[in-house]
Amino acid sequence: MISALIIVFREVIEAGLIVGIVLAATAGVPHRSRAVTFGVGAGILGACLVAGFAGELAGLFQGSGQEFFNATILLLAVCMLTWHNVWMASHGREMARELKAAGHKVKTGERTLLALSVVVGVAVLREGSEVVLFLYGIAAQGGTSASGMVIGGGLGLLAGAAVSALMYFGLLTIPAGKLFQVTSGLITLLAAGMAAQAVIFLQNGGWLEYFTTTVWDTSWLIKEDSITGRLLHTLIGYSQAPNGAQLIAYAATILLIVILMRTVPQGGSARSVSAPKPHNA
Amino acid sequence: MNMKKLSLLTFVAAVALATSSFAQAPIEVHLKNHRFTPSVIKVKANQTAVIMLFNDDDTADEFDSSSLKVEKVVPGHAKGAIRLRPLPPGKYPFMGEFHAATAQGMVIAQ
Repeated sequence: MISALIIVFREVIEAGLIVGIVLAATAGVPHRSRAVTFGVGAGILGACLVAGFAGELAGLFQGSGQEFFNATILLLAVCMLTWHNVWMASHGREMARELKAAGHKVKTGERTLLALSVVVGVAVLREGSEVVLFLYGIAAQGGTSASGMVIGGGLGLLAGAAVSALMYFGLLTIPAGKLFQVTSGLITLLAAGMAAQAVIFLQNGGWLEYFTTTVWDTSWLIKEDSITGRLLHTLIGYSQAPNGAQLIAYAATILLIVILMRTVPQGGSARSVSAPKPHNA
Repeated sequence: MNMKKLSLLTFVAAVALATSSFAQAPIEVHLKNHRFTPSVIKVKANQTAVIMLFNDDDTADEFDSSSLKVEKVVPGHAKGAIRLRPLPPGKYPFMGEFHAATAQGMVIAQ
């Protein structure tokens, strides 16, 4: 039962963190819980579909269909996160003004809710399909231990939800004025980590064969398999032994988002104020 | 991009294409009763290799190795290609994450 709990928790931790960050990034935006719920729901549905067709998916592209699929949805999520951050940099100020004006509904944030729905959906879909396959496998085997394993899996899911809540409420303790900077910083790093992960899938699919040499190795310090490693992997894209292509993708994503956020014109106002600087610490 | 860079890139791409098309045949590995056979896979160091994993069990498992940078789900009675990048000499453990108690193995690059 404990082993099932740990396996499921390891898989859902990433989705849990992302949902927490998205919820904090959209604090105060109306309909955001509907958008997040939609994302999670679509993700679960997608996870079941992917799990159901896992055999067919694996068979595509000479046995590398899964890598293609993972790289594609990760890059889609990177685009959505970038869009969100850039849009928020452009409209963040007016949103903050509207938030201050009591009683006024904040409408400006709604446009990127769809983007964040997609991000949540992708996160749930990726890890969820593995959870579905794992739990289905246990259930299919039957036997006395199966029920215990399913309970363990359920507890693992709950633990993932707890991570999500912890992340969300933790972020909400940050003063409202700083919250935007923190969440756009987190989203930038999230996107960079996803881009680096997409590179791994492209390499494993055989489509990207440059700069595959490991640049440094910190597995002696933090193992990627450990819970700490998993948390850091999701949050800042930690990799215990990154190769050149991973690092290039990581740096390029951060650079692209920062440049776009600084150069995007401020929406709705004629004043030429610079966009809020992302907090990349 | 200047011509020098472009021609260098073309050269690199050509070499990559040439080496990948002459890559050796996949190494067949079977997963049965949640155990890998063979569980120790020897590959030449600094060369790409492909493991074709046949999951002969009824349920899915995930070939997982952080040192090989591979996470790949292979459903029951299906197969999946696992591409290994050129590896420096060393030992690279892997496991079937869903049945880690028994599904353990190692790639040795030498």
